[in-house]
Amino acid sequence: MSQNLEISNNDIYTRRLWQHRVGISLSVFAMATGIFFLLWILSVLVINGLGAIDLAIFTNTTPAPGSEGGGLFNPIVGSLLMVGVAIFISTPIGIFAGVYLAEYGEESRFAQITRFVTDVMLSAPSIVLGLFVYALYVAQVRHFSGWAGSFAIALIAIPVVVRTTDNMLGLVPSSLREAAFALGAPRWKVATMVRLRAVKAGVLTGILLAVARISGETAPLLFTALNNQFYSSDMNAPMANLPVVIFQFAMSPYDNWRELAWGGALIITFSVLGLNILSRILVKTTKN
Amino acid sequence: MMTEQSQASLTAENLPVTIQVAGLNFFYGSFQGLKDINLDIYEKKVTAFIGPSGCGKSTLLRTLNRMYDLYPGQRAVGDIRYGGRNILDANVDVNILRAKIGMVFQKPTPFPMSIYENIAFGVNLYENLSKGEMDERVEWAINKAALWNEVKDKLNKSGLSLSGGQQQRLCIARAVAVKPDVLLLDEPTSALDPISTVKIEELISELKEDYTITIVTHNMQQAARCSDFTAYMYLGELVEFGETDSIFINPVKKETQDYITGRFG
Repeated sequence: MSQNLEISNNDIYTRRLWQHRVGISLSVFAMATGIFFLLWILSVLVINGLGAIDLAIFTNTTPAPGSEGGGLFNPIVGSLLMVGVAIFISTPIGIFAGVYLAEYGEESRFAQITRFVTDVMLSAPSIVLGLFVYALYVAQVRHFSGWAGSFAIALIAIPVVVRTTDNMLGLVPSSLREAAFALGAPRWKVATMVRLRAVKAGVLTGILLAVARISGETAPLLFTALNNQFYSSDMNAPMANLPVVIFQFAMSPYDNWRELAWGGALIITFSVLGLNILSRILVKTTKN
Repeated sequence: MMTEQSQASLTAENLPVTIQVAGLNFFYGSFQGLKDINLDIYEKKVTAFIGPSGCGKSTLLRTLNRMYDLYPGQRAVGDIRYGGRNILDANVDVNILRAKIGMVFQKPTPFPMSIYENIAFGVNLYENLSKGEMDERVEWAINKAALWNEVKDKLNKSGLSLSGGQQQRLCIARAVAVKPDVLLLDEPTSALDPISTVKIEELISELKEDYTITIVTHNMQQAARCSDFTAYMYLGELVEFGETDSIFINPVKKETQDYITGRFG
């Protein structure tokens, strides 16, 4: 063996080095493209929306056509209420279904079908879910309502929570389950006290992601919650919400409405961004 | 293959038997993992299962608390007599069986909860203790596992914050806390450093005062050091079973001798 460290004329090594460089360049390019568009979207939002952000946007209700000023107080409250109710409905259902799938998914035909249907639901067009709730609930009671909106977006949130819970539980090593069984623990206790507990940060992340997902949904709310120009916290009445207000105001001829639409878009985007960051912090702190 | 007992083990026939395995066959689907195993596990003695990888020693251990039950497709046929019953019977309550026959695994498996809760978890399954009684039980169990001095000031810290060797002793404490009759140790030191290994081995010799212990090990010195009886297994068969001294000094079978002297395996 020579002491020569010059291996650059080794053909195999040179080829591998170039493959490495091409691979790294491609991934850096892909990442830069993604970040570029993300920053572009955020900057357009901030440039157009920041002017609308003041105290009034959080305290005033949506303006009537032709009137000056106004704010987004009623759609913000409406969105919070409906998302809150939707998450309240979908979290227990989603977690229990996820636990069931993770526990029995391999052995039960019913669980396999449930998992498949959940995947279909995950990619179902949200407008279809809106129509579904419209036909089943709104058309029966003959009025739009906050409840209907909550049900529609809960249908979107449930599969997200089910899938993340199922996936997270799948990451728990079988040795941990066996250890709990080895103490004589019954299956439901192993599933909830040990397995679910081991991934609670991951499950919480799934819930936050579901919140992020449904807070921007517009189509299902058009058929269900509709909109309300005035402040209302009555879940049984049509309810204002940010996505639908953005949709209507952005296409309106009034300057103050369009500005409010940008402001609303900015509020949603940064709330969702904040939730994502929060979920990451949660995962990190739980790991430590 | 018939089990040949070493001559010296004749003395063992007077010992009380805790678990009696007779005609045990085990299947992973269509593959037979254990073939006609016959073996007695004596009360308050340490029995070691040795043999090359894949010989069935862990499989045998996992039939003793029916851990294989968790996996569809695995099944055991035969007789494992414990407490007057064949534990392979379908109507045996496996949860109660597992509370009586505890198990410690190869890799430390602390639950994602505090050290205290790790111990209390198993106890709470079958006993209704007051706070004071539970405190006592937790201290007793951790003491049994020779871990008390290291963790007494951080019982509320996560079990995952301990070192690997401490985690393994926590798992032993957890198994001991439910007051089982038998402890099954599945290569309990193979993931640990030498110092932790020594601690666990010392612990085993203390624990056998009160418990019947069965240990699977890859490490023949470990079997020689801590066990009273040794079973040598190969390809799903029990080749030789007897007192550890006679197995290691004067094995009857040539295969056993080859394995023990390192000529094979």
